[in-house]
Amino acid sequence: MTTTLDRPLAQPELEPPEARTIDKVAIVVSKGSLEGIYPGLIMANGARMEGIEAELFFTFFGLDAIRKDRQAKIKVATVGNPGLHMPTLLGALPGFSAVATKMMARQMAKLDIPPIPEFVELVADSGAGIYACKATVEMFGLTEADFVPQLTGIATVGEFYALAAGGQIIFT
Amino acid sequence: MTVAEQVRTDPEGFLLDPSDWTRDLGEQIAAENGISELTDRHWQVIEFMRERYLATGNAPSIRSLGKESGVPVKELYQLFPKGPAKLAAKIGGIPKPRGCI
Repeated sequence: MTTTLDRPLAQPELEPPEARTIDKVAIVVSKGSLEGIYPGLIMANGARMEGIEAELFFTFFGLDAIRKDRQAKIKVATVGNPGLHMPTLLGALPGFSAVATKMMARQMAKLDIPPIPEFVELVADSGAGIYACKATVEMFGLTEADFVPQLTGIATVGEFYALAAGGQIIFT
Repeated sequence: MTVAEQVRTDPEGFLLDPSDWTRDLGEQIAAENGISELTDRHWQVIEFMRERYLATGNAPSIRSLGKESGVPVKELYQLFPKGPAKLAAKIGGIPKPRGCI
């Protein structure tokens, strides 16, 4: 039996369009692969370009994006990534991830998308805060010295929510 | 007279025809967008944007703006807090940059 809704699921809002803007975003980057890190950086940079405040919170393997020793070594995940449309076993071959990463880097350079180290610097220079998740920092036994100089600080989840207050939170 | 009364603009206030632009108009667009005084550093960015657009048909990305305009990214955001590429394009009388970077 089917039932029919007697009213639309979403009520149209009556606010004027100019009142509906986003003034602030807080973006969580939780994955350490190339395709896990870029979206957060692109969204943070895009926010700043529109004059929207942005904070970036790196957690778990997402921390690699701001770790001195790992930032330049981030690769595309070629195993368990159905988006690549190729057999998983092929993706597991030695060097395959490096090749896929190189191909993608070339494509991105064409579009003027910077490599991750430069991108983090660009986003930081544009005024976005760069935070490392305290729980992950402790879990991996890291200190501030392990991070790139753009790091604004190490923040607890509570501090992150305080920073995000009044804005939208985006989890990537 | 407001900018929109003098020349044709899109709904966001970007000039529809870059050839309608003059420096005086640029100053007025800036004032209408919260920048009361344009310094030499502002003009350096605005002129770079405009020249690049007129030469290539594309406005530069924030990345190339920071690298090639002679004004670094940090300063770009101090000069144009509401978005350097977008505002410099508007003041320079060229269409809104549509790149994601």
